[in-house]
Amino acid sequence: MSEAPTAPRPAAQTPSGGRAGFYAIWLIAAAALIVLPLIFSSGGSLTSFSLIGIAIVFALSYNILLGQTGLLSFGHAVQYGLGGFLAVHVMNAVASYNWPLPLPLIPLAGGIGGLAFAIVIGWVMTKRAGTVFAMISLGIGELVASSSLILRSVFGGEAGITTDRTALPHVFGWTFGSQLQVYYLIAFWTMISAIAMYALTRTPLGRICNAVRDNPERVEFIGYDPHVVRYLAYGFSGFFAGVAGGLAAINFEIANSAYLGATQSGLVLFAAFIGGTSHFFGPILGAIVVTYLQLDLTDLTTVWQLYFGIIFIGIVMFAPGGIAGLLMMHRPLIRAGTLGTVIPSYLVAALPTLALALGVILSIETVARYTSSEGDGNVINLLGVPFNATAPTTWLAAAVLVIGGFLIARLSWRRVAEAWDRAATSARDRGYLA
Amino acid sequence: MLELIVISTLNGVLFGMLLFLLSSGLTVIFSMMGVLNFAHASFYMLGAFFGYQLSKWVGFWPALVLAPLLVGAIGMAVERYGLRNTHRHGHVAELLLTFGLAFAIEEIVSMIWGKSPVDYRVPAALDFPAFTVFSTNYPAYKIFMLAVSIAIFVALLIVLKKTRVGLIVQAALTHPNMVGHLGHNVGRVFMLVFGVGSALAGLAGVIAGPSLVTQSDMASLLGPILFVVIVFGGLGSLPGAFIASLLIGLIQTFAVALNGSLASAFGPLDPSLGPSVLTDIWNVTIAQIAPILPYVLLVLMLIFRPMGLLGARES
Repeated sequence: MSEAPTAPRPAAQTPSGGRAGFYAIWLIAAAALIVLPLIFSSGGSLTSFSLIGIAIVFALSYNILLGQTGLLSFGHAVQYGLGGFLAVHVMNAVASYNWPLPLPLIPLAGGIGGLAFAIVIGWVMTKRAGTVFAMISLGIGELVASSSLILRSVFGGEAGITTDRTALPHVFGWTFGSQLQVYYLIAFWTMISAIAMYALTRTPLGRICNAVRDNPERVEFIGYDPHVVRYLAYGFSGFFAGVAGGLAAINFEIANSAYLGATQSGLVLFAAFIGGTSHFFGPILGAIVVTYLQLDLTDLTTVWQLYFGIIFIGIVMFAPGGIAGLLMMHRPLIRAGTLGTVIPSYLVAALPTLALALGVILSIETVARYTSSEGDGNVINLLGVPFNATAPTTWLAAAVLVIGGFLIARLSWRRVAEAWDRAATSARDRGYLA
Repeated sequence: MLELIVISTLNGVLFGMLLFLLSSGLTVIFSMMGVLNFAHASFYMLGAFFGYQLSKWVGFWPALVLAPLLVGAIGMAVERYGLRNTHRHGHVAELLLTFGLAFAIEEIVSMIWGKSPVDYRVPAALDFPAFTVFSTNYPAYKIFMLAVSIAIFVALLIVLKKTRVGLIVQAALTHPNMVGHLGHNVGRVFMLVFGVGSALAGLAGVIAGPSLVTQSDMASLLGPILFVVIVFGGLGSLPGAFIASLLIGLIQTFAVALNGSLASAFGPLDPSLGPSVLTDIWNVTIAQIAPILPYVLLVLMLIFRPMGLLGARES
């Protein structure tokens, strides 16, 4: 005599809130963009917000490739950079020929730059997906970045090409001389681009992109050519990357070969992946986190890029869904009300994990100070506690924190997994599916 | 002119063999595990820096053996504790893991040894001109590099084609499950192949370090060219990688040696336009476009023969 499994309640599966909640999120986002500079009005935070806005557009455009279509690109900065260069050239042309083109439309020129390049090169690039595409994108990225140093008249060599955003025709008395006005311009385009890219995911094209990502063979069987679908996705992605490049050109009033380089391509990959590629809002989170880290870590430590790499490796190994994936994992548990059973084990795991993280930071900083010949002393200030980089006690403390933290963290995370399984099972029994 | 051709051919073959030391490991790892190891060039860089550090402590000859072993051990650890755990998340996650690793290794190296080139010298025993061609002294160290790479190439060929180990590796390339069913530990085979591939990259670093520049950006400079080589030769094809390595080695060396440009060849026909793209192209020398030639070749290859030189048709 076996008990029949209780059928999941269908009512529990329909998303709560529905349409009103969906529009509320976008309205809240728009309101937040408008209100933010009024709360944090210092020049530094305005610059940060502007950079974050550009990074959001760029990371979302990257996710059209990686998250939606499954194309891993190592040369996405090419479209970004070419968009930036075209925007700068258009701005200079507008200023010198007195064309009636106001500054707020310039990002469109950037988008056209990115799109044009994607149209020209995309057909060859998207012939194959997977690893081959990744390698080709890397090669094309290097090709364009190196060529930009040769074609001096277009790319301005090492120095780049400068422009003046205030020289363009003014609309409604906005000169865009101040960072606040530039911020609102960027915020406007960030909002528009995000809405457009979200809408794209809901179109039949967006859906077939997902299908190409998951199973290109079956897509062929239902009569679509995966190559064409990848090409279209590449074009859209190129357009929005170009918009981001155009925004950057407006913000910095310069375009140089660094825009096109491997570093920029790597950063957008980090942003999209750390945020999480399987949810639309993932790259937005990632762009915020990465830009924030980039701005703040540089002040704190000389080896900030190493921390970047370590965070990225950690995410790839332990949370391939990114931050968004981690957050969304908890949704069914919250709905079913079983999250409470997991939290104690989280708290238990937090302590050794923190110790491990501190140990890693201490080791890195110790090594960095030990090997650097610059005369800023050997004393490390970690959370207000001074450590001496040459003292054996520091090395010992770091080793104990790393090894001890690792061993205990591994045990306690195993506990978390068990508690998690129990909570997820009971949530499933109540009909809340992940 | 003849002098230039002889010297450039020698240097080109040398660079090509060096590329093959790296691309052979990369190709075998790729066809076996489906992972394109982004950190392969970083292992090369680690080899160079370990070689530098060890030859300061114990001398060049022990370092020549120890440094590749060390790099190989690191490679095995990466496979065992990194890639094997990431495997269930798919190839993209594995590729990204090696990408993150390449990034982290570059940062660690520049943290420990600094960003400027280190003083990694040719060992005294090899610091003499081997022979003189057309009044140019050809250094003995370069001959040594060539000899080592050819020796490794021959050894690899023999191991892969003539021994039992090579047989198992070859079988595991195409039929890993069957090899597993026959009682071989495929996981260990993968780990060993990854280790050997990394060790070869490390060896290339140790011997190339004194001749080229040992610097923390040497991985990011060579890495993309390495990928061009294996895509150009056909992904997963060892003979293809060999031909592509030599070809790209020769092309780059010859291009660097040539100083001609369109302007110098057709000087009297100078259209004398204002500063524009055309004048940039008109005046650029072949030596200046040497760094982008491999990528141009890559694009051309993709247009006309997407599977690469000796690659199999897309499965």
